[in-house]
Amino acid sequence: MTVNFATEFTTSKGDKLSFNTGLFINNEFVEGAGTIDVINPTNGEKICAVQAAEEAQVNAAVDAADKAYREVWSKTSARERARLMHKLADLIDANVDEIAKIETLDNGKGIAFSKGYDIPEVSKTLRYFAGFADKLHGKVIETEGKLSYTRHEPIGVCGAIIPWNFPLMMAGWKLGPALCTGNVVVLKTSELTPLSALKLAELVKEAGFPPGVVNIITGYGHIAGEKLARHPKVGKVAFTGSTAVGRLVMKAAAETNLKKVTLELGGKSPNIIFDDADIDQAVAWAHKGVFFNHGQCCCAGTRIFVQEGIYDKFLERFKEYTSKTKVGDPFEQETFQGPQISQVQFDRIMGYIQAGKDEGATCFMGGNRLGNSGYFIEPTVFTDVKGSMKIMQEEIFGPVVAVSKFKDEADVIEKAHDTTYGLAAAVFTQNITRAVTVANKLEAGTVWVNCYNELDYNTPFGGFKQSGIGRENGEYALDNYLQIKAVKINVEL
Amino acid sequence: MSSLITEITAPDGYKVTLNTGLFINNEFVPGAHTIDTINPATGKVIAAVQAAEKEQVDLAVDAAYKAFYGGWKTSKPLERARLMRKLADLVKRDSEDLVHLESLDNGKPLSASRMMDTDSVIEQLQYYAGFCDKLHGKVIETEGKLSYTIHEPVGVCGGIIPWNVPMIMLAWKIAPAVCTGNTIVVKTSELTPLSALKIAALIKEAGFPPGVVNIITGYGPTAGEALSRHMKVSKIAFTGSLATGRAIMKAAAETNLKKITLELGGKSPSIIFDDVESVDEVVFWTHTGVFFNSGQSCCAGTRLYVQEGIYDEFIEKFKALTLSKKVGDPFAAETFQGPQISEGQFNRVMNYIDIGRKEGATCYLGGNRVGDEGYFIEPTIFTALTEYCICFFYLDVTENMTIMKEEIFGPVVIISKFKDIDDVIAKGNDTTYGLAAGVFTSNITRAVKVSNALEAGTIWVNTYYSNSPAEPFGGYKQSGIGRECGEYALSNYTQVKAVKINVGKSI
Repeated sequence: MTVNFATEFTTSKGDKLSFNTGLFINNEFVEGAGTIDVINPTNGEKICAVQAAEEAQVNAAVDAADKAYREVWSKTSARERARLMHKLADLIDANVDEIAKIETLDNGKGIAFSKGYDIPEVSKTLRYFAGFADKLHGKVIETEGKLSYTRHEPIGVCGAIIPWNFPLMMAGWKLGPALCTGNVVVLKTSELTPLSALKLAELVKEAGFPPGVVNIITGYGHIAGEKLARHPKVGKVAFTGSTAVGRLVMKAAAETNLKKVTLELGGKSPNIIFDDADIDQAVAWAHKGVFFNHGQCCCAGTRIFVQEGIYDKFLERFKEYTSKTKVGDPFEQETFQGPQISQVQFDRIMGYIQAGKDEGATCFMGGNRLGNSGYFIEPTVFTDVKGSMKIMQEEIFGPVVAVSKFKDEADVIEKAHDTTYGLAAAVFTQNITRAVTVANKLEAGTVWVNCYNELDYNTPFGGFKQSGIGRENGEYALDNYLQIKAVKINVEL
Repeated sequence: MSSLITEITAPDGYKVTLNTGLFINNEFVPGAHTIDTINPATGKVIAAVQAAEKEQVDLAVDAAYKAFYGGWKTSKPLERARLMRKLADLVKRDSEDLVHLESLDNGKPLSASRMMDTDSVIEQLQYYAGFCDKLHGKVIETEGKLSYTIHEPVGVCGGIIPWNVPMIMLAWKIAPAVCTGNTIVVKTSELTPLSALKIAALIKEAGFPPGVVNIITGYGPTAGEALSRHMKVSKIAFTGSLATGRAIMKAAAETNLKKITLELGGKSPSIIFDDVESVDEVVFWTHTGVFFNSGQSCCAGTRLYVQEGIYDEFIEKFKALTLSKKVGDPFAAETFQGPQISEGQFNRVMNYIDIGRKEGATCYLGGNRVGDEGYFIEPTIFTALTEYCICFFYLDVTENMTIMKEEIFGPVVIISKFKDIDDVIAKGNDTTYGLAAGVFTSNITRAVKVSNALEAGTIWVNTYYSNSPAEPFGGYKQSGIGRECGEYALSNYTQVKAVKINVGKSI
């Protein structure tokens, strides 16, 4: 009996959205082991139920991927891989409106961002990597008496475990480099935000990808994610999420088949504003740096350090600017900040706000729930903080920032580095010498100068220290999905 | 401390003066206790060396950390290159000291050590010295920004090296780490600490600042574990067994998510086609491929698949060559094969030979201990057992045998016959390992197609074991993670920082 998992949902604005709630394996939507309810974070109500994968379904997906790799994809030309990726990108662009609405419905991010940023980034990323498909050059290395060359070969079945904060964009970041290098993928979405990837799955089939090349399943991390990380036929796993789970993924790989692992984890990124910065620009970028995506951003600039001389002025203008933040219905065009993703995250963030108060920091603005439906939190600013406080050390992943004062470069660099993380950082100054030397010193994978949260699909992104292992985006991402074979042919018999 | 200095006399009368301390911060210091290093040819103690436990590992890491932030991180590339080349010159100067220590400690024939060991170290240092000033980032075109990447050193690196090619393994870790601006703590194997201690003295003599290179010996479960769990170590490079590789990756995951590269075991297949130009040539390469270094090589070609047409000729010539090679005193000029490294390894190899016999493989040659002193084992050849059941189905019994699946790490080879090419490629790939493979054929199409099809990090065609510092080395599947040597190794020791300077966008 074939069950049809096609579903329709009408938004509060009357938009009809259609998507399929099955597990996407071998180009078909199939039944899972059970279902998971998908919740609308603006009101806590159920949107629909999606099929959920457990061990048997993960195995089925991996087997499908493995078969597709051996029988079809490993024999598919670079041109054809690129053609399919471009086709998928085209289909995304043609359907951007509906996909963006699905993303906003599921995640709660403002429609202006889903449509203007998240979804277009997916097709840009796919196109960028499609262009690399026929440019995966090995080397010829001069050696005595031999023709010695390297081939950069795909790994095979790659697992991807993605988070809920930028659901479809994260899928793009994984699919792009994996597919262009000739790998096949089993992508496990977050159980909190499965819908946009399921829409993408329809487009994957429509684009003409052979069955099994891209498989998209949803499931709980500790069940489906664990099985994927432990699977002996998966040659590589890419994980984006919390540091705690990142550890588990790496351990799982170590205990099973030593699959290659890349991890994009958390951050507690410092934003450093010198007194020669353009204050109004600094305020605007710092606001974006922390409140963008409701603070649910691994590279959020959650510790702002302002040089003494402009501290009071900055804080005043930052308060004014932040008080104008439009928090509300994500389907309204002018909404900047929607709800947090779930009750659990809401409680967690409110817990940190309380901890901030308990530890003696000043709640300079915000700190409360907004409304009594859904998971909305006021943009919150703490001052009078100490480096050792929880709100200065632990990643909150919400619209909460700690602002403190610094004296000089040496002072602020030491403060900025007082963290186990190293994902991003920013420097605001008009002085070129200071900009370059401070950027050099900061221990972070991305350093922004006079801007924040400027991510590009062609520049590498990833963490120093415990913020992760490996780099995504840009040419650097390809290394994660290739293995090097050195061939040495003796020509001196 | 002069009490740590000892004089070692090799069997040929050559004397080497050696400091047996832990080399930390350019000083030789006492350890938590000593470890006796044994001459595997005789089973007798050569010397006692100072050994590190967690406390000494902490000291070494602190020294490396201080040296990194105290100037090595921002050192001039040309200065790093100069020091590396100076070290290479000193290794060349003291080459005889080093090869004597290596042969005494490891048991490899002096002739073999002289032929390649110090040259490999020198070449590795010189190759990476050349890269010091060529660590290019990228400038990437993005909207409204000047975006560029810097390839920065990671900080304090840990190297945990094995006992099979001690000084070469030391060079493989130190060279790429130091050239990219990192500092390093290397833990040598407690079975073979001596040559590294000599190189330590040369590091100081070359003028490396204190703390840049630290060399300690100690046991894996204590010193090795402490290094892999240390919160100030940003990267671990490990060469050794699969089991320990797993433990190190877990340790990294449980502590500070340090980057890891692993060079592990292998069960590398060689496929020998009947169109080879010279069976004698192939016999030479495949014999070296398995018996060199007493079979103690991660990429040893331990499974040979010979096409039907030349099987009889091949096995006869392989046997003859094997019998002609002398097993014995590493310091005797005519010795080809020395002892296994230790009693533990000797027992392990003999046990595998025993299992091979019990599981029904034919022990075609060897299989016994040689002499009654030291850890010598005859070069051993097993041949495949095939059976035809009454329905005339061809049963390849050997493929699932323990000796075909597990890494023996000794002078033991299994030689099988093959007919069908697709079938033999499948057999070649039927292993959880993927470190290397050999292909022997005179046909270019076949050479390229078969090397494409084999799942291994290194494919040798019509040769075996050749490697240079410029060529990447590492495993597919469970043979490891990452590549050493070549330009590829640099990314193990650098982390990418993307800097994006806004020159046009305002909110």
